[in-house]
This record gives sequence, structure tokens and C-alpha cells, in this order.
Amino acid sequence: MKITQKEVERVAQLARLYLSQQELETMTGQLDTILSYVAKLDELDTQEVRPTTHAFSLCNAFREDEVICSLSQAEALANGPRHNGEAFMVPRIL
Amino acid sequence: MKPYELTIAQAMEQLASGALSSRELTQSCLERIKAVDGKVKAFLTVTTEQALGQADEADRMRTRGGISPLCGVPLSIKDLLCTKGIVTSCGSRMLEAYVPPYDATVIEKLKEQGAVILGKVAMDEFAMGSSSENCAFQVPENPWKLGFVSGGSSGGSAASVAALECLGSLGSDTGGSIRQPASLCGIVGMKPTYGLVSRYGLVAFASSLDQIGPLTRDVTDCALMMNAISGYDLKDSTSVQRQVPDLNESLTEGLQGMRIGVPREYFGAGLDPEVRSVVNQGIEVLKGAGAKIIEVSLPHTDYCVAVYYLIATAEASSNLARYDGVSYGFRDLEAKSLMDMYRETRSQGFGPEVKRRILIGTYALSAGYYDAYYKKASQVRTLILDDFDRAFGQCDVLISPVVPTPAWKIGEKVDDPLSLYLSDILTISANLAGIPGMSVPGGFSHQGLPIGIQLQGPHFREDSLMKVGYNLERALNLPPQRPKIS
Repeated sequence: MKITQKEVERVAQLARLYLSQQELETMTGQLDTILSYVAKLDELDTQEVRPTTHAFSLCNAFREDEVICSLSQAEALANGPRHNGEAFMVPRIL
Repeated sequence: MKPYELTIAQAMEQLASGALSSRELTQSCLERIKAVDGKVKAFLTVTTEQALGQADEADRMRTRGGISPLCGVPLSIKDLLCTKGIVTSCGSRMLEAYVPPYDATVIEKLKEQGAVILGKVAMDEFAMGSSSENCAFQVPENPWKLGFVSGGSSGGSAASVAALECLGSLGSDTGGSIRQPASLCGIVGMKPTYGLVSRYGLVAFASSLDQIGPLTRDVTDCALMMNAISGYDLKDSTSVQRQVPDLNESLTEGLQGMRIGVPREYFGAGLDPEVRSVVNQGIEVLKGAGAKIIEVSLPHTDYCVAVYYLIATAEASSNLARYDGVSYGFRDLEAKSLMDMYRETRSQGFGPEVKRRILIGTYALSAGYYDAYYKKASQVRTLILDDFDRAFGQCDVLISPVVPTPAWKIGEKVDDPLSLYLSDILTISANLAGIPGMSVPGGFSHQGLPIGIQLQGPHFREDSLMKVGYNLERALNLPPQRPKIS
């Protein structure tokens, strides 16, 4: 076993997901299959290999510090599931 | 010939000569959508009024002169490119009601050039999938054989072009999502070099792999659309500042001096014999056109799927963290605490494949596993890039299959995520290496399902792909078949 139900539950918590008992069982099985498959990477010795994060590397994308138009407050709020015209509203946190 | 049957290049001529107006062409496409989309199920949103308005504007632009090739040409757009004022759902309940307040850069470019946007097309949720069956709303079907997948994740784009509902489409490709559906639907699809086309306004899946590209009826149209969308963009910090070539200039006959590599690992076990024979025929006709054929090796091909499904999921888990129910998208309004709101929103808003990938990615990035999974995959990614560097030292373009098999039945592979992941084996390495790739129609299976041929080239050598693709298309000279949608 590459991954247990308990670990999947912990990962779901990190990823801010809830899983039903049935989802948890299915996901654990599928994740185990997938993680067992990707373990084939261990066949390769990569001790001396640098990692690639971007296929075509660019160095520092700078731009002039100029003020440009951005969204208005109304436009920015328009897709908010709940707002008061000035800010997004969320359940009380304090 | 009905206007909707025209290629972009043919429509351009008729529009220029005045034989056809953009309004007539747009209306013809809208009628075609009405007639066949109930079966093909490509469109999530049809923007009839806006499209006709854009068509009229294009007709006015044309009388003023100085117009671009796409002026007045009706296109469909994958539903993950932000379109101002038009729902951009990304195939997900999470964004079902999301109306972007801005246009993606590629959409801005199309609008500036007078293109007509017919609507938004179906896709796998958040572009995660290879069959578009993960779309939360509807599953597009293969116009060549209803009940079969159109491929994915840009399945709606490919189906809409193949069903003659539009003249071209924009899709996105993170691991084959343009090339694979293009192959399964018998059309041309190109994934450009990473950084050639701006990703601004593309809903992000895996940012180091995603690229936007065209799906068209032929190679000439592909070049026209590539010309229209390529170029540096200040709003995408990974977009590359360099001169964009006019790809029309590459559409010339003859391949003398061109070296075409055949990567032996792409022809291994599991390759459908009909696919193999179509690709072999493609190799023969290129030889006939003057190309030199060389066998090459990409020794780490067998590791690509493992690398991809760690890197893509890791990046996705980070990108999709933004869907927290706060500022846009779905929210569970019943949740009492903030944490509960996050978790309920995400659990109800995402479908199973998206959750699966978020979980894999979160796991691969979590403390104690990062080195074993994410870092390891990033190191093997370097080996894959080195493979391509070596291969392109010996040849100019690689030829191979796109997908190991023709399209399969809807529902056939849904219960086994790994087997579906493995079907991406021939396309994902181009994304890992950031190189351009293209699918060109090669023939049909005995069941009448299309089979594509893949061309891959070095960074920024779209011109070589166009040249080889154009010659392949010419030499194969496939009879112009139309899917009988019934």
C-alpha cells in the first residue's frame, strides 16, 4: 500500500475538501494505483540531475512601473457570491 | 457548398470578393448549430445576438479596408478562455455562473481582428481529462460516430469544427488536449511552443504546461489562426519576446533537405495496428515529398506519464486553491464557519476527477513527500528535455501517432483513471518539454473513425511543423469527407 485512508483524509483536509466514506474508499484505491504506477520513477538515478520547473526558462520579467486601468470596485465585486457593495462577505471569523 | 462548409481560407476569399457577407456566413453556422448540436452537444453557450452583431461590424470593417484574415470568420471558443460578459464555466459547477469582467488576451486579439465568436464549447472540467466526459454539463460526441468520445479536454472545440458548426476553434493543451481531440475528430490541432501565445485570461490548470492553440479543418487555416493569436503579452510574464514569423510563408510544397525523425518508443506495444499503418503511410508520403527519414530514440518516453501526472497535479492543486467561494464562483451559502465554507464549497463545486487530481497534487507537494514525488518528477522532466535536445540534433521534425487508438465509446474508460492517463503517453512529453506539436488528419479506421498523425518540432519551430503538415496534407490528399451526423 502506497497510501492509506487515514493519509487520504489528512490530504483532503490540507486541500480543503470533504470526502464521504464512499468517496474516501474509492479515492484511496485509485490514488494507491496511481502512486504505485508513478513509483516507476525510482528506477532512474537522478542524484546529479537538476530539476526543471519551466521548459523554456526566462529570467525576470520586468515592466515599467506605470499605472494602468484595472477593474472598478463594482466589476470586481460583481461575481462575488455575497458582498455588501464594498467588500466580499464571509462567515464571521473572530 | 453551404457557407458553413468553407475553410477559413475559402471564406476569406469569398468575403473579400463580396460573394459572401459575414452575416450570411455567421447565420449559416448558427443554423448548422441548430440542426446538429442537439446530437453533437459541443456548445455550452451560443451567443447568437453578439455573434450577429460582430458579423455586421466585420462587414462594416471590410468596406473600410485594411482588414485581417479572420475578419468576419465565425469561431467557437473552449469554455476556459475568459470572454467579457459571457459565462466562462470551465466545464465546472464551480464556475457555472462566472461572468468574466475581462477578455483573455487571445480573445482581445480575435475581436480586434474582427473574428465572430459563436459561443463557448464543452470540455473536461478544468481541462482535466482525455474524453470530455468530465464536463459537468454535457458530453460532446464524436461527429464521425455518435456515442463515441470526441476526445479531450478540448472535445467541444474539436467536435464543433468537425461537425462544421464553426470554421475554427481555440482550445488549450496541457498534456495533449488540443492534439488528441483533433486526432479523434479528423481535424488539425496545434499546441504552440510554451510562451508563444499569451495565457492571460486562460483559466489555469498546470501553468508550466498550459498553452492555447487552434483547431481547424486544415493546415492553412491553422497557420492563419496561429498568426492571429501569437505574440508577446505584457500580462503574461511567461510569454516570450521575439519576432513572430508569418506561418503562411511555410505553406510550400517540397521537403528537400528536411530530416524527419521517427521516435521508435512511440511505436511500441499497445499501438493499434490501424493507427500504426496510417502513420507509416504518412512517413512514406513524406519520403516521396523529398524528406529524409531517420530513426531516433527518446529513451525516457516510458516515464512521461508518471512525470506528467505528478507535475500537472501539483500545479493544479496550487492553482485551484483559489476556488474558495470568497470572491467569485460557487459558494455553499449555508456553511456556518469559514473553514466549513471552504470545504463545502470545494466539495460540492468540484467533480470527482478534479478532486482526484487535487488530492494527488497536494500529496505530492506535502511535507515528507515533496522530494520523493514533485522534485523527482521535475528531475526526470530534465531528462525528457535532454532526450528531445538530442533528437533535434539529428532531425528537424518528429513524426508519430497522436493517440494509441482511434476514439472509443463514451463510458468505456470512465472507471479506470490510470488507463485513461496512459492514453496520453504520446502527447504529454511535448508539454513537459515546452515544444510545439501538431495533429494532422492521416486517415480512417475500418469503423470510419479518424486517425491523426503527430508532428513535433524544436522550440519556436512552428514553421517546420506547418511545412511538413502542409506537405503531408497535400500528399495524402484525403478525399473531403463530411461526417454524416445521425
